[in-house]
Amino acid sequence: MNVDLRNIHKHFGKTYANKGINLSIQSGTIQGILGENGAGKSTLMKVLSGFIQADPGGEIILDGKSVVINSPADAIHVGVGMLHQDPLDFPPMRVLDNFMLGRSGGLFPNRTTVRQDFLKLAEQFDFSLDPDNYVDALTVGERQQLEIIRLLWMGARVLILDEPTTGISASQKNKLFATLKTLAGQGMTIIFVSHKLEDVEFLCNQVVVLRAGELVGEMHPPFDAVKLVEMMFGKVVTLGERQPIQTGDTVLELKGVSLEDVRLKIKNISLNLRAGEVIGLAGLEGSGQDLFIRACAGLVRPVGGRVILKGKDLTGKSYHAFKHEGVNFLPAARLEEGLVPGLSLTDHFVLAEEPKGVFIDKAYGQKLAEERIKSFNIRGNPTSTVESLSGGNQQRAELALLQSPLSLILLEHPTRGLDIESVIYIWSKLKDRCKQDGAAIIFISSDLDEVLQYSDRLMVFFSGDVSEPIDATTTSIEQLGQLIGGKGWPQKGEPHA
Amino acid sequence: MNYETLLIGLAGVLAAAAPIIFAVLGETISERAGVINLSMNGTILLTAMSGFAVAYTTDSLFWGFLAGMLIGALVSLVVAFASITLKQSQVAIGFVLALTSRDLAYFLGNPFMGVPGPRLQAMPIPFLSDIPILGPLFFKQEASTYISFLAIVLAWLWVFRTRPGLMLQGIGEKPAAAYIRGANVNFMRYVYTVVGGALIGLAGPTYSLGVRAGWMGTISGLDGIGWIALSITIFGGWNPARAAFGAYLFAFLQWLGLVLQPVLTQVPSQVLQVAPFPLMILTLLLVNIGDAEWVSRTLAAMPESARKFFTKFLRAMRASPPAALGVPFERD
Repeated sequence: MNVDLRNIHKHFGKTYANKGINLSIQSGTIQGILGENGAGKSTLMKVLSGFIQADPGGEIILDGKSVVINSPADAIHVGVGMLHQDPLDFPPMRVLDNFMLGRSGGLFPNRTTVRQDFLKLAEQFDFSLDPDNYVDALTVGERQQLEIIRLLWMGARVLILDEPTTGISASQKNKLFATLKTLAGQGMTIIFVSHKLEDVEFLCNQVVVLRAGELVGEMHPPFDAVKLVEMMFGKVVTLGERQPIQTGDTVLELKGVSLEDVRLKIKNISLNLRAGEVIGLAGLEGSGQDLFIRACAGLVRPVGGRVILKGKDLTGKSYHAFKHEGVNFLPAARLEEGLVPGLSLTDHFVLAEEPKGVFIDKAYGQKLAEERIKSFNIRGNPTSTVESLSGGNQQRAELALLQSPLSLILLEHPTRGLDIESVIYIWSKLKDRCKQDGAAIIFISSDLDEVLQYSDRLMVFFSGDVSEPIDATTTSIEQLGQLIGGKGWPQKGEPHA
Repeated sequence: MNYETLLIGLAGVLAAAAPIIFAVLGETISERAGVINLSMNGTILLTAMSGFAVAYTTDSLFWGFLAGMLIGALVSLVVAFASITLKQSQVAIGFVLALTSRDLAYFLGNPFMGVPGPRLQAMPIPFLSDIPILGPLFFKQEASTYISFLAIVLAWLWVFRTRPGLMLQGIGEKPAAAYIRGANVNFMRYVYTVVGGALIGLAGPTYSLGVRAGWMGTISGLDGIGWIALSITIFGGWNPARAAFGAYLFAFLQWLGLVLQPVLTQVPSQVLQVAPFPLMILTLLLVNIGDAEWVSRTLAAMPESARKFFTKFLRAMRASPPAALGVPFERD
């Protein structure tokens, strides 16, 4: 389906999220849309998918016909389907129910034919989805697959994907890309919204770049990454060179630690982590790395072995004991576990301070907040509530909340959903803290490039098996990808290499 | 106790549970859509009084029941308007309505205190009522009891087997996702809250025109039933069939208290009267135990096959509330 967007404007209050955007996409194209966080990509896609309405004056033309899209239901009716960044599905319900929910028809849906349609579509794209499974048991990647075949079944001929590669594994990403290429080959129009250059370069036939609500450039393959970044940020951004780390004393020592929960058992991990060192944990989501990092934070009690922090045996001690020794944990769910929605930045900084008396020193809190906002480059003011900040700024706020002195920083997906500039900024701040306090870092990421770029050593998790720490500088992305997928592991029964 | 009296007693349990069934089904439907109707306790009292008053005045049971449903719907409309349109706290508005309706019932009901009025008669179903055991148990009931049986089946079918029911689940779970699938979320929330309210409004007349015929003001013994029905809704995991089971369990426990009283003379009668309430709470705890950390630990230590069985069992028992319960929906 040919898509023509003409003169799309959208403003929220005084700020323009989209400013006179013209974009035309031929049928069978995979169109990349690049831009940093807040550039207006999502707004444009929400306009096309009916989630919000553009300001009057613009026009959406599909296959030469001007259409009015007032709701997502209208959008799918004219053939536009959108895959949202956080899958909009119903986690406690079954896959098949999710699949057919929203499809019109008689009072009693015929589950047998729906099931047949479902299995046929799943097979066509080689998705292994069990229609009777519950969605909350699926990975993000599988939920995307479910949503894609649902949209196709509903008759989508334009598929919009908003940041689809955040939170899915490398093999799922490959499968997704293969699927998208097949679909484009069948004449579908794919719109791929991302801030990840490598994904866009690999997949797209053409790319446009948005900056501050305007379309600032267009490019066809071969893509020039440096130029694209320049278009995105309006300036040249460079990745820092890897610096050899001066490692100091042992911060964290794990001696034969075993962990278990309902799903998996991890046996016998030993690790010696030195000050200044960064260890990346790689693996499919739910392979045990979340359990491991929580054990290092004192949130999960090991069933065997010892956890020693700076020479102190903390095995079985509470989270507060760990925190007292300078262990800080930044979980993936920033608003659910890391920050308190409803409280302002000032409130957060005051809360994180050692309490001095019962009453809050407002003037002090204000000063503290202003200082931190400035030194951490947070876009917001002291009275902004945390949920009103963008993801990147929430993450900066979390960094600003790290206690002092620190011995160990634990991070779960520290840069998920953030643009390159924020990623670089956050890592430079983290490395600074490491140097300053003689702290070490352990982080989980599903972004293999990030794991290789920023860690000194890495550990791979595969369904409860844990690799010995590997030197990140001598590991290639292909090797890492294979390990994550379960290849190249020592056979069961043999000792780990 | 002989066999005959046991059957009559159990048939009485089914009848006594009927109003609670209506209440829990109404609440279940409303909460499935994402709206907590906390006014239930007051609504039951108000509709019991007004149902009786209307039936007494018009000498028609039909108008009495209809009045109950209308008033139940009206109270729930206030909840819906305040929470969906005005986006106010559902808990606050529901609580205030619960108290207001109760006091209104006592105040307006004064002229009807203790007057003899019309009541439902048993309606044995020909042929079916002659079946041994099942006949006297199920088919010599009042009309309202038959309707309660039907309501359970219909509500369950609606929620889990029909297309709109599937959407209803979606609306309460994640309204944004229901919206992109074409639902008019706020309108449907109004509809389900009002339909649920009408069902709750059936509970009152079922008491005052059947189970406990007449209006006795503060000594009607109906105060508190609504709160129990709320907890049964939770026990029922927002599933009409399970909620109905909870209602029967509660009615059974109450009956047991009455039956045991002459036998267990050393136990103060108050204990037996109150016992169903803590027992309900205990059941609630047992049902939702699967989320506790020590349970998952115990599970992890079990052998594979046993673990699979228990995990499945607990998964089936687990009752998580609709994720968007009490949360207003905005398009963006």
